Amino acid sequence: MAQKAIREADGKALMARLLAEYAGSIYKIENRFISVGPDTDIKKLPQKYKWLAKEKLVVKPDQLIKRRGKSKLLLLGADWKKAEKWIRERMKKPVTVGSVTGILDHFIVEPFVPHDEKDEYYVAIVSEREGDTILFHHEGGVNVGDVDAKALKLFVPIGEMPGAGKIEQKLLGAVPKERKSVIAGFIEGLFKFYADLNFTYLEINPFVVDGKGIVPLDLAAKLDDTASFVSGRKWGGIDFPSPFGRMLTKEEAYIEELDSKTGASLKLTILNPEGRVWTMVAGGGASVIFADTITDLGFMDEMANYGEYSGDPNEEFTYLYAKTILDLMTRKKNPKGKFLLIGGGIANFTDVAKTFSGIIRALKEYKNKLQSNRVKIFVRRGGPNYKEGLYKMRVLGEELGVPIEVYGPETHMTKIVSMALKGDK
Amino acid sequence: MVRKATAKKSSDRKSYELFSRNTQAFIYNMQVNATQRMLDFDYSSRRETPSVAAIVNPTGSESLQKFFFGPKEILIPAYKSLARAAEKHRNVDVLISFASFRSAAQSAEEAFEIKQIKTIVLIAEGVPERRMRELNVKAKRLGKVIIGPATVGGIKAGAFKIGNTAGTIENIIESKLHRPGSVGFVSKSGGLSNEAYNIIARNTDGLYEGIAIGGDKYPGSSLLDHLLRYEKNPAVKMLVCLGEVGGTDEYEIVDALNKKKIKKPIVMWVTGTCAKAFKTEVQFGHAGAKADAEAETADAKNAALKKAGAIVPGSFDDYGDRIRETYKKLTTQGVIKPVPEVDPPDVPLDMKKALAEGMVRRPASFISTISDDRGEELMYGKFSISQVFKQDIGVGGVLSILWFKKLLPEYATKFIDMVIMVTADHGPAVSGAHNTIVATRAGKDLLSSLVSGLLCIGPRFGGALDGAAMHFSDAYDRGLSPLEFVNSMKLKGVNIQGIGHRIKSIHNPDMRVTIIKNYVKKHFKNTELLDYALKVEQITTGKRDNLILNVDGCIGICFVDLLRSEFSKEEADEYIKMGALNGLFVLGRSIGFMGHYLDQKRLKQGLYRHPWEDIAYME
Repeated sequence: MAQKAIREADGKALMARLLAEYAGSIYKIENRFISVGPDTDIKKLPQKYKWLAKEKLVVKPDQLIKRRGKSKLLLLGADWKKAEKWIRERMKKPVTVGSVTGILDHFIVEPFVPHDEKDEYYVAIVSEREGDTILFHHEGGVNVGDVDAKALKLFVPIGEMPGAGKIEQKLLGAVPKERKSVIAGFIEGLFKFYADLNFTYLEINPFVVDGKGIVPLDLAAKLDDTASFVSGRKWGGIDFPSPFGRMLTKEEAYIEELDSKTGASLKLTILNPEGRVWTMVAGGGASVIFADTITDLGFMDEMANYGEYSGDPNEEFTYLYAKTILDLMTRKKNPKGKFLLIGGGIANFTDVAKTFSGIIRALKEYKNKLQSNRVKIFVRRGGPNYKEGLYKMRVLGEELGVPIEVYGPETHMTKIVSMALKGDK
Repeated sequence: MVRKATAKKSSDRKSYELFSRNTQAFIYNMQVNATQRMLDFDYSSRRETPSVAAIVNPTGSESLQKFFFGPKEILIPAYKSLARAAEKHRNVDVLISFASFRSAAQSAEEAFEIKQIKTIVLIAEGVPERRMRELNVKAKRLGKVIIGPATVGGIKAGAFKIGNTAGTIENIIESKLHRPGSVGFVSKSGGLSNEAYNIIARNTDGLYEGIAIGGDKYPGSSLLDHLLRYEKNPAVKMLVCLGEVGGTDEYEIVDALNKKKIKKPIVMWVTGTCAKAFKTEVQFGHAGAKADAEAETADAKNAALKKAGAIVPGSFDDYGDRIRETYKKLTTQGVIKPVPEVDPPDVPLDMKKALAEGMVRRPASFISTISDDRGEELMYGKFSISQVFKQDIGVGGVLSILWFKKLLPEYATKFIDMVIMVTADHGPAVSGAHNTIVATRAGKDLLSSLVSGLLCIGPRFGGALDGAAMHFSDAYDRGLSPLEFVNSMKLKGVNIQGIGHRIKSIHNPDMRVTIIKNYVKKHFKNTELLDYALKVEQITTGKRDNLILNVDGCIGICFVDLLRSEFSKEEADEYIKMGALNGLFVLGRSIGFMGHYLDQKRLKQGLYRHPWEDIAYME
């Protein structure tokens, strides 16, 4: 439901498949971009793609990693034998880029294009509220540097399409004369391609112009996935990978699976499994504010999870969601005890008492573990039938033998955060 | 009684006001609940006219829809197109579009074509960004305001409520939204607006107007657009705003503060300060809620706002306190003069809700005790449909639950299965089957043909089950010996029901009877009546060898034995009296009748006409 980054191989394949439709047949790009995933049968690739055996190759991880060259995640000018070995050595292995560690599992393989540095150009299109901006620089490649400062810009108001003449005039001043028209035509087509296919970001750095035409060497792009009902068929089977390093734990994957089975929303991110502050918050907006408040009060390091449930999940789903969190938070004891914040704003139409019944079932099941982990529970919620819901929670406190404090709309939403954590530091 | 467009012309409204107490809107798509909620708000705000003038229902036909306006019912027209609705209701200047993400943009385009529409609310989430940007450019050119997409809408306290904003009527009253206060509020999130109205109600004299612009990256109107309206509006004394991580819209506010375009006190908080706790980039629930640069983080925005003069709390925890302080300051300065509270008229509770909450009671017109379709799973008695299959209770088991309100033991449910199987058909010549066939050949449908056969069932056809059960149990219960019974019937000149067969005899037994007898003897707990009947049969066959216990008699009598084993004698007799036995025959034989129907259709048999020569025409 937003702008989503796509793989380089998918972006380039889209260009190969469709750019000529927008830019004209002289801009036909050969589709020689292979995506190698964890399930790809690497051995069979040379039969399928005859050019693999003939060409010098480039291999890169294809997982939204920036500055791969600097992290030595780049193989240039290798033959297939070397390329295959390079991939096998890295497939499903962890690697650290900057401060993020992730597993490598997708690579792009493409022909190595020998070229001169002066043939490299930079182009990008970015979207803003009022229109789109084309950025261009005649020196592309790894050393392009501060694009914002250096690149020439052409702002295109929404609803307009820039002509080749205007592009040439505004952007291509430093380009050798004989190349101006071919690059202008390329950018003109690229812009139509960008707009019609609902891209929200596209950067090609560099693309190379040589005697044979234009080749994108390095590409990063985002699509607006809400437009899939318009452009989905043209996109073909594209996937939207998670950011690099975002590996789901077993429990996160389980909640994601539950989420996919219901019209309601169930989300869970584990920040620190040994953290002492756990949250179970209703509503996307409220859940962010609870996490904010924990952070703002100086307990970021103790914040164990971020998550939310909303859209009226039924008793069973709420129960399974609550159980997952309770299980996680009672695995390892901490002598200082733990906090569980069952929070939420004032619901619109969701019956609060009903949604609490799933949580209560899970809490009862974890009675002993909650006691032995010295868990303190704080509840704050409002909305339809909240009095009944809060009453049930209060009664539960006595039954569980675990301290539960319960508040309604008369108490500021996040007050339970400070109540719980005050005096804890 | 159609309420005509009686609202005043909107031209007397100031440019900074989108809504008044007379504003009327069109609802795009049939949204019964949202419409009713708007009308409930209207009533508790003591509006004179309902805020919904008409519904645009592109997939339906023109109609009049019933709604409540307070305790009364009113009719609101539904039209097929927005253009037609506008033609009929010239005063309406707001469109609230509940069109889906696929057609929301289209609904806005339709509204662009209509001059009188000034404000367009798009509720849908997931409108493509490029499409939305195009709409925004057009709206600007046409001088129209878009609220949304991906929003619940907004509310002008005591005047106009968009769709589902502010939740239930109880919450609306509790948050004092039925009358105007002094605070102008705007946020991205619609989900949190209830909470914000609660905070405002508890810390100030209440909300003047609140708008949720929606969580998308390119909302139709921005936070600043609405703040500037409030700034110009003399009725708004202070501003409260809730921003969000991602995007740069909050810097427009910073800029407006710096340029003194906003001079009223503004309490503002940007949510998403927790983003720094995440190791990889994080996309919160809203499409726009993602920081792509340092400046887009909540911390950076909060700092910039504070520097520009906004009142920024240290965390959301102090948000309410800062709002209260600001309000107090304005009252001591005399900027805000508190007004006396007004009591809203009570919106009558809907019967459904009142019943659910136990506030009223009312005798039900119907009672049912055998099944329940309201829960997650269909229930037959105490058995969910999945248990029915898990325990494999069969047709006999289902029948025993639905007819006798308990699952009978397996011997009994098997017996019921046997009865249905044995009575399923008895050839095409018997009167019921014959009637079915004649009706079928007259071109009638399945149900008519079946019923024409079933209506033959009675004392002479199929009725022997009931008759036998009654004759035999009556004699047995009165303590008559088999011989006394036979003699007494002979004296009365009545044939004993269930005795006698046209062809079969003691020497040529009916296999159906043999099968049932053997089963019952082997499995039943109690066979008193069957034993009694067999003794009667000994006597009658002594007189004539075809006076055997026939299949109807055997089933009827055995069924009494079954019922008497599983229920008290009174209950068992009651079931017989009510016709349960007859029901078994109707059920079983329906299978055969429908078979004959299908058979005749398959054979494409034409209309049957009885031959003259088979009828004796007489004077």
